[in-house]
Amino acid sequence: MATLWLSLMLGAPVIAPAQPTERAPDTLQARLLACAPCHGRQGEGTNNDYFPRLAGKPAGYLMNQLVAFRDGRRRYPPMNYLLEYQSDAYLQKIATYFAALRPPATPQAVSDVSAAALARGRSLMTEGDQAHGVPACSGCHGPKLTGMEPAIPGLVGLHASYISAQLGAFRYGTRTAAEPDCMQLVAASLSESDVTAVAAWLSSQPVPPDPSPVPKGTLQMPLGCGSEAN
Amino acid sequence: MRIDRLPWLLALAAFVLLSGSALLSATAAQADDHALVTKGEYLARAGDCVACHTNPGGALFAGGRAMATPFGTIYSSNISPDPKTGIGLWTANDFYGVMHAGRFPNGGLIYPAMPFGSYTKVTRADSDAIFAYLRSVPPVPQPNRPHELRFPFNNRQLILGWRTLFFQAGEYQPDPTKSAEWNRGAYLVEGLGHCAMCHSPINALGGTSESKAFEGGLIPMQNWYAPSLTSNKEAGLGEWSIDEIVNLLRDGVSHRGAVYGPMAEVTFNSLQYLNDADVRAMAVYLKSLGQGSPLPPENSGISAPESSLLLNFGQTVYETNCASCHAKDGRGIPPHYPPLAGNPSIQMESSVNPVRMVLNGGFPPGTAGNPQPYGMPPFAQSLSDDEVAAVVTYIRGAWGNRGSAVSARQANELRTAPLD
Repeated sequence: MATLWLSLMLGAPVIAPAQPTERAPDTLQARLLACAPCHGRQGEGTNNDYFPRLAGKPAGYLMNQLVAFRDGRRRYPPMNYLLEYQSDAYLQKIATYFAALRPPATPQAVSDVSAAALARGRSLMTEGDQAHGVPACSGCHGPKLTGMEPAIPGLVGLHASYISAQLGAFRYGTRTAAEPDCMQLVAASLSESDVTAVAAWLSSQPVPPDPSPVPKGTLQMPLGCGSEAN
Repeated sequence: MRIDRLPWLLALAAFVLLSGSALLSATAAQADDHALVTKGEYLARAGDCVACHTNPGGALFAGGRAMATPFGTIYSSNISPDPKTGIGLWTANDFYGVMHAGRFPNGGLIYPAMPFGSYTKVTRADSDAIFAYLRSVPPVPQPNRPHELRFPFNNRQLILGWRTLFFQAGEYQPDPTKSAEWNRGAYLVEGLGHCAMCHSPINALGGTSESKAFEGGLIPMQNWYAPSLTSNKEAGLGEWSIDEIVNLLRDGVSHRGAVYGPMAEVTFNSLQYLNDADVRAMAVYLKSLGQGSPLPPENSGISAPESSLLLNFGQTVYETNCASCHAKDGRGIPPHYPPLAGNPSIQMESSVNPVRMVLNGGFPPGTAGNPQPYGMPPFAQSLSDDEVAAVVTYIRGAWGNRGSAVSARQANELRTAPLD
């Protein structure tokens, strides 16, 4: 302080050092501000059609995605770039953090597809299409489509464009998961119009008041998934 | 009887003693091997071998990592000890030939994407230790992928010409007028650290000349600018304290700034594993490089009125989007919200790095010293080219900073710069 006054009195330019008490908030929210522009401050998602909501998805699922982005197995350059030099331990904290968040639901888009397409989407989600080898989505993603611990994601609260982009990526092998890659099999059995129908119906469903995934082992899954060991 | 038995007993005793000492020396040899492998692992970290020779998420040292160069794509080689596809049949001499002379065991020429121009400074003892370590990792049978280089660069004989111009073999020679610490730092920076690969200007032939060593340059294909280590206007390490340089190199964050872009990789895979004495030695050497350089004159291709418009607009953008972390006065909250005022990496002649940071954001690397880094949000979607240009012009010119203005076109061009 004496130096400061001395400098002021002598008219010397003063650049006071940052106050030692001033510190960046020691929270994950502050550390993960980089995620907010695309995923929302609370992981609730944004208006942008291609960015998913993160809040409330099972931590195991989020961790699998974080590792896959870091190691380049799931390709999206802005995500690959952000995560490239982070440790497993930190990624696990990030996954656990977003899994525990319960922000208020964002309003759903009004779908512009036909009533018939919406009905087809609903039927695929809740009953599947046995003739084409498509199991009901709710068989793994839960009766309320909020996912299952530890690694099956909730599907509600996502944009139609994001859902169809992911189904396309599974189908063409640009998004892969641990073998057996169940979503690759399911997506390969869907037609283009099925994908549109599923995306439209799903994105028009409101997020339930409790978006928590169902506990591990609640559902007898109709097919084996490498990401969700039974 | 007693007399008869005596030589036999003596022989037995001698045998026991001898075998005991053989056992002891075998144990000692094992301990030596272990020490050598441990030393080699440490040195391999210092050389950051893993960055090129391991695919992310892939098997250690199995190679196959694609590296884009202006001449085509080069795939790194398998340096695991697999006898067929790796270096399992090599000798320590063979390995030294690669490090020191840039030649394969059969005499073939190695493309200078392998930094043998730096590794040639590594001592034989250190090369042997690294080789011993590489021999100790699990062998991975994975054939090398052929390079995809365009004509005429696919002709390895061209490397001869390149070598004549840019390569001089020779181990590091200590400077007797400098301290042991300085020499150790120079050995690491110039040798295993191969810092000159990025921090020297690369000419059209993909070479760096010794006279321009560490003068900074745009990294080909990556579109990040590696600051000059010799100019206080750029990396500016001459003005930093040794502790600040150590923190930057080892932890990835410091009170002066953070590492980002390709340098984040170096801290993540290499520098964070070095011991304090070695990082400090590197800091001492790097600080000495930045001593006494005059500030280059200010250079702006943008007219004064336009520049002042950008500054005014940029201040608004800054106060809305940036000031909550970096503070209105640009001093940040170090180390996690780096200062922008007085930060040389923002004021360099090349504005590539600050523009890219605004567009892409980024996390410093996760290190033992900073395991949960604070991330800067990307602004590519929320700010227009005009806003990016204005805010970067503002941070380059406010608070006594002396960087030149940035145009919307420059900002736009970097939106498509590769992120990997």
